Amino acid sequence: MSGSTPRVVVVGAGPAGVRAALGAARGGARVVLVDSGERIGGQYHRQPAVGAGSRRAHPLERAVTAQPRIEHLARATVCALEPGPHTGSHLVHLQQGPADAAGRPVRTLPADALVLCTGAYDRALPFPGGDLPGVVTAGAAQALAKGQRLAVGRRVVVSGTGPFLLPVATSLLGAGARVLGVYEAGNPARWLRRPLVALFDGGPARVAELGAYAAELARRRVPYRTRRAVVAAHGDGRVEAVTVARLDAHWRIVPGSERIVAPVDAVCVGHGFTPQLELPLAAGCAVRDGHVVVDARQATSVPGVYAAGELTGIGGAAAAAAEGELAGLAAASDVTGHAGPVRIAAAAARVRSGRRFAAALASAHPLHDGWSTWLSEDTCICRCEEVTYGQLCEAVLGRGADGMRAVKLTCRVGLGPCQGRMCGRNAADLTAGLLGHPPADPLAVDRRPLAHPVRLADLAGPADPEPPSVD
Amino acid sequence: MVIGAGIIGAACAEALGRRGVGVLVVDRGPAVGETTARGEGNLLVSDKPPGPGLTLAQASLRRWPALLAALREELGPGRAACEYEPKGGLVVATDEDAAAALGAAASAQRAAGVEAHGLAPGEAAAYEPHLTPDVRAAVHYPQDAQLHPVLAATALLAAVRARGGGVRTGVRALGVETGAGGRVTALCTSDGRVPCGAVVNACGPWAGRFAEAAGAPLPVLPRRGTVLVTGPLPPGTVRHKVYDAGYADAAGSGDVALRTAAVIEATPAGTVLIGSSWQRCGFDETLRLEVMSALARGAVRLFPVLADVPVVRAYGGFRPYTPDHLPVIGEDPRLPGLWHATGHEGAGVGLAAATGELLAQLHTGESPLTDPRPFRVARPGLGFTGPTGFTKENPCP
Ligand SMILES: Cc1cc2nc3c(=O)[nH]c(=O)nc-3n(C[C@H](O)[C@H](O)[C@H](O)COP(=O)(O)OP(=O)(O)OC[C@H]3O[C@@H](n4cnc5c(N)ncnc54)[C@H](O)[C@@H]3O)c2cc1C
Ligand SMILES: Cc1cc2nc3c(=O)[nH]c(=O)nc-3n(C[C@H](O)[C@H](O)[C@H](O)COP(=O)(O)OP(=O)(O)OC[C@H]3O[C@@H](n4cnc5c(N)ncnc54)[C@H](O)[C@@H]3O)c2cc1C
Repeated sequence: MSGSTPRVVVVGAGPAGVRAALGAARGGARVVLVDSGERIGGQYHRQPAVGAGSRRAHPLERAVTAQPRIEHLARATVCALEPGPHTGSHLVHLQQGPADAAGRPVRTLPADALVLCTGAYDRALPFPGGDLPGVVTAGAAQALAKGQRLAVGRRVVVSGTGPFLLPVATSLLGAGARVLGVYEAGNPARWLRRPLVALFDGGPARVAELGAYAAELARRRVPYRTRRAVVAAHGDGRVEAVTVARLDAHWRIVPGSERIVAPVDAVCVGHGFTPQLELPLAAGCAVRDGHVVVDARQATSVPGVYAAGELTGIGGAAAAAAEGELAGLAAASDVTGHAGPVRIAAAAARVRSGRRFAAALASAHPLHDGWSTWLSEDTCICRCEEVTYGQLCEAVLGRGADGMRAVKLTCRVGLGPCQGRMCGRNAADLTAGLLGHPPADPLAVDRRPLAHPVRLADLAGPADPEPPSVD
Repeated sequence: MVIGAGIIGAACAEALGRRGVGVLVVDRGPAVGETTARGEGNLLVSDKPPGPGLTLAQASLRRWPALLAALREELGPGRAACEYEPKGGLVVATDEDAAAALGAAASAQRAAGVEAHGLAPGEAAAYEPHLTPDVRAAVHYPQDAQLHPVLAATALLAAVRARGGGVRTGVRALGVETGAGGRVTALCTSDGRVPCGAVVNACGPWAGRFAEAAGAPLPVLPRRGTVLVTGPLPPGTVRHKVYDAGYADAAGSGDVALRTAAVIEATPAGTVLIGSSWQRCGFDETLRLEVMSALARGAVRLFPVLADVPVVRAYGGFRPYTPDHLPVIGEDPRLPGLWHATGHEGAGVGLAAATGELLAQLHTGESPLTDPRPFRVARPGLGFTGPTGFTKENPCP
């Protein structure tokens, strides 16, 4: 530890990370807030790119700027982590500069404590025709609408599960698209049947927000259909039509219920979120059911590493912010030795209610494994490497690959540029379906010790890497 | 009973099964999930000095094409495909000392029957157009080849199953049970006791631990290696497997400290694999920037064209290492019925074909394809001074 004030490094400047940085600074630590984006906000508070019609900065951005103990490293991507010289410390390896630009040598930032708030990727289940141009993830459509104020198409259908479909459809309308239908595979009536959970467990604001989206869809006469899904997309060179079908409780197609919706020029697909686990896994944090395990102070199983936000469970922006604040306070208290018990207890109470909301949300929107019956042999399950479902079946059943590491290396699913970010969980679920039990190493699809691509020259770097500009 | 569904266990089970021996492969994890899925697929004669290691490699490189042809016949071309490419290796030296050492090594290898063609600096460019102009000397080894270790191991296991053998994953071997006379009578596993006539320890870098648990300690230790994988490149960017003349020296050392030497090869998918590092750090899996940087520097030095190419993935594994850098293949004189096939360090993929064959030949009493004595358990290189009796009855715990 350097003689000066201990340093907390926060990775991710979404709702969780920003609150973590503010909390750690308030707790007396020096904070470096690292995010690959240009501006603060993450996915939920995504702000228009600088220049592209940027208005006043978001209040969170102003709060960060106003806090002298926080350095914000924008456009800085963490590519690897390793343990530091003393217990709890880490070396954070990162690159600064515009994404993909050459000449961004890897630099190392020592951290006395690390708060990981790297959020999630949005998930989309595969279906026949799902690889046609014009089929995009709901998150990509949302990011385009929020960041660039552009709609992915003129006549759009939205399909998937979860409350996220509502803001996506609303943003599409706002960006000028016509939304032909929102197809929710689940039965969120169950969710609405549990209003007490929502009201008492931290969700009133969230429920009101979702209600407002639903009202907007109704006002614009957008059909919202439950227990239905886009099960195939059709088109010559790009999507022109989709098949929508009714689903049974296991998400198998109800025979005879298929009908064609046409013409469409875009399909937005969203089936919840997959936490960005590469950094927690690189640090060695325990993960259960796809989420980072944290204690009542957001501490992970690894000393000096805390996690908050989508990494620990999917609960929306407010829950992420509450966890972030707690993680920041706890990290600062642990490295500075100043306790701050009152603040920590108050933050912990907010987190507990957020967690119950997250649990309720997850139980209202489970994925049912009948989706695998939508696929045929030649359905693409990995766009990067153009792997088909038939090839996965041959790897698992023909070659006997019963672990995800061997499955990946046998049929190449998840080995392309996205490194399984889009297809990894789907491949693991399909493999589990074929085996009749989960593969022994499901996290092999999430393990990316090199968290982002780095050019060889940048990796080679100077023989003796100097610390980045914040020092 | 074969313990370990890596490429060595798979090759042993295949060779035994082909001879009509009933085989069951067990692995504590999934099939082909460890070292075999964390290395590269170089089949090399070029990196070995004359001696038993080279002789075994020569036998194995001759054996692989025949074995793959037989698998194709049996399983069909799709399920037996292993991306086998007899593409040849190119070893390059970038300073005068290394050039002299490379020339001497190549002539010794030639005397041992290896094809090795010395190239003038200018000629190397005809083999590898993007190679650095700093090359002082190069040797072309046409016998070097490449295959995909996971495809090869899964194909071998598919053949085992096709002939009625078993592969059971998620079963940990805990030790062996011995009967009167000290012979192995059963394997003790996390799933209970499995009676058997013989046990093959093919536990890779964990073979030392299993041997210890079985009551017959063996010095097999992990030696960490890291590999970088680039995004896909245009075909022909890297044509052979190209490596620095310092490779053999680094691989052959027993150093604890980090050693690296550039090893570069393209795969049929267009990606380029960049190795190699050697470090003895137990089973510590942390990916170190220091190691990745050294690998990157080595690659860019040999192929300046790679400077702007992105590395999309990095992974590492633990080579199963013995003090004398030779594998252990054969029955344990201390514990009849316990066989070892392990300790292949950085060459297990290349050596698997001959290892399986040799083990099966020794097991069935056929004449062996190569002299087995250098690989025996009771050899001075492993620290054994003489076979020690081991006759005590040893029941499952
Ligand atoms: C594409 C997308 C759009 C979404 N839109 C909405 C929406 O409109 N409404 C809604 O309610 N929910 C939305 N969500 C859900 C959203 O994730 C949560 O509600 C909330 O934003 C979670 O906050 P967080 O702080 O955990 O993560 P995020 O807000 O996702 O923030 C994570 C941050 O970490 C950064 N990061 C990740 N890895 C690294 C790294 N290695 N180095 C540096 N920085 C890194 C990212 O750049 C990002 O800014 C969206 C999710 C996605 C994936
Ligand atoms: C970075 C790197 C690069 C390499 N490059 C090359 C190369 O180019 N060419 C080459 O020929 N070789 C290469 N190698 C070496 C090669 O990968 C190994 O020699 C080979 O894979 C060893 O195979 P194995 O079957 O002995 O071990 P493994 O593949 O590790 O298999 C052993 C199996 O035993 C199982 N096991 C262990 N203990 C137990 C137990 N108690 N009960 C049940 N199961 C157990 C494990 O789960 C494992 O699946 C490289 C290795 C590394 C790390």
